[in-house]
Amino acid sequence: MGEPAASATTRVSTFVLMIIFITLALSLTALILAINAFSYGNEVVAGYLLLIGFIGVALSTYVLLQSKRRIKSLKIETPPVTTIIECGKCGFKNVREFNRGDYVFKEVESCQKCNENMMITAIYREVREKEKGFSL
Amino acid sequence: MIGLVNMLPLQVQLLQFLGGDTLSQVLSIVFYVIFIVFLFYGQRIQMYVMLREVEGSLYKLKYMRDGGRKIAIDTIKEIGKPQTDPSGRVDRLLDYFTISPQSLDPAGVVWKLEHILDVRDVRLKDEVKLMAPATDESQTNNLENTLEVAMTLNYIYKVIRHFYLMGKKTLSLYIIMQLQMVLPLIMREAEAFASALKAFAYGQPIGDGAGALVAAKIMHGHEIRKVPKDNVVASVPIEGRTAFVIKAEGPGGNVGKTGDAVKTIIDENEGKIATIIMIDAAMKLEGEEVGEVADGVGAAIGGPGVDQFKIEESILKYKIPINAVAIKEDIGDNVSPMCKEIFDAIDKAIERVKQVILERTKEGDNVIIVGVGNTIGIGQ
Repeated sequence: MGEPAASATTRVSTFVLMIIFITLALSLTALILAINAFSYGNEVVAGYLLLIGFIGVALSTYVLLQSKRRIKSLKIETPPVTTIIECGKCGFKNVREFNRGDYVFKEVESCQKCNENMMITAIYREVREKEKGFSL
Repeated sequence: MIGLVNMLPLQVQLLQFLGGDTLSQVLSIVFYVIFIVFLFYGQRIQMYVMLREVEGSLYKLKYMRDGGRKIAIDTIKEIGKPQTDPSGRVDRLLDYFTISPQSLDPAGVVWKLEHILDVRDVRLKDEVKLMAPATDESQTNNLENTLEVAMTLNYIYKVIRHFYLMGKKTLSLYIIMQLQMVLPLIMREAEAFASALKAFAYGQPIGDGAGALVAAKIMHGHEIRKVPKDNVVASVPIEGRTAFVIKAEGPGGNVGKTGDAVKTIIDENEGKIATIIMIDAAMKLEGEEVGEVADGVGAAIGGPGVDQFKIEESILKYKIPINAVAIKEDIGDNVSPMCKEIFDAIDKAIERVKQVILERTKEGDNVIIVGVGNTIGIGQ
């Protein structure tokens, strides 16, 4: 599920991007004008332009981040799955990544120590997102 | 800088325009406009906000559906070595449906349902075999499970899209509101299925297999024989009792017909069974820990209800007590690769089973231990 399946779904639309960047450009212009107005002593105009500029920058950045977050949230992460192989005779343990065809109680390669056949004793995924604690 | 100097007259105009009284008037007008707009169009605005929220989730569902289709096709191509491109057949299977039997006269509906489910299972297996001729039985089962997950994701996407479009078309607040309210739960389920896709495609043990793993650990190393249908049983001595341990035959994705297996063992022993202990993964409530073990009474088995019905019928005939051990997990854990917490809970569940045997039976008794769940990635 890691690879993009539908490009249209996993992209920020060009139209939205265009609107965001136009707003950003206008907001930056307002900020520059605010500095200019301030240097000419027009504090009221500078204040309004500053307000417009900051609101514009904040809004466009927020929308951009939201769009990126939406795309990120589409991806479903598959945590790594671990296979534990153990030797029944000497207890030697081998931990490796899961390979297709592995299953619990499958006999696999022989033990490096005692040459006895080893067995898969566990297959599990390590990472599990911790639930937000709510101690009641 | 010259350009900025030229902007000066504009600033003067702006200053005049925003002068004291004028500003108050403008703000008042804006306030009244907003008030009137919200008075007449408030509900509509709220509806558009909700529609937008649903649309976002719909995009995600579409992504999952497409991902499911892609994984199914890739897996078939990889392990099934098909002669032709399986995409068309997979697309057709994604829309495959099952009609549940008529229950106006409920007598005998379980058997009708069982028959329909059997037909569905056979049909799906045949389709998989046609698409992936190079697969063995265990791989066929895994592919069948992968396709079923892809079918579920496709169904969820289509149903949500249907209500979204209907809400948009009719502009009915109530359709949209219901959809928006139930969506978080549906999304959770869909995400769980999406993460299950790779587990099924690769044959990894899933959280639902916790019960099967408990049985597998108990029966491992003892003589195993097959019992109907798609189940295995081993006779294991535990604390002076004889335990008939049943699980679905692994390591392919398979749940078996547990009801038939339990009935077979009860009949073989002419009803002389002191107790039945069923172990299954159970949905945890929010706030409970994953991997918590709890026990109780009753037939711990999910699914459409056919197997639960059969087990209850069988135990009623001989008045056999039935106990249940549940391993708690949430929907996400249930169908995704088994997490370490659940794996660690297996030994705790075995201890609980032994405790129940010691408390509820005496030496020389026969007991049945049933590990319920999908045995994908779990041998015996």
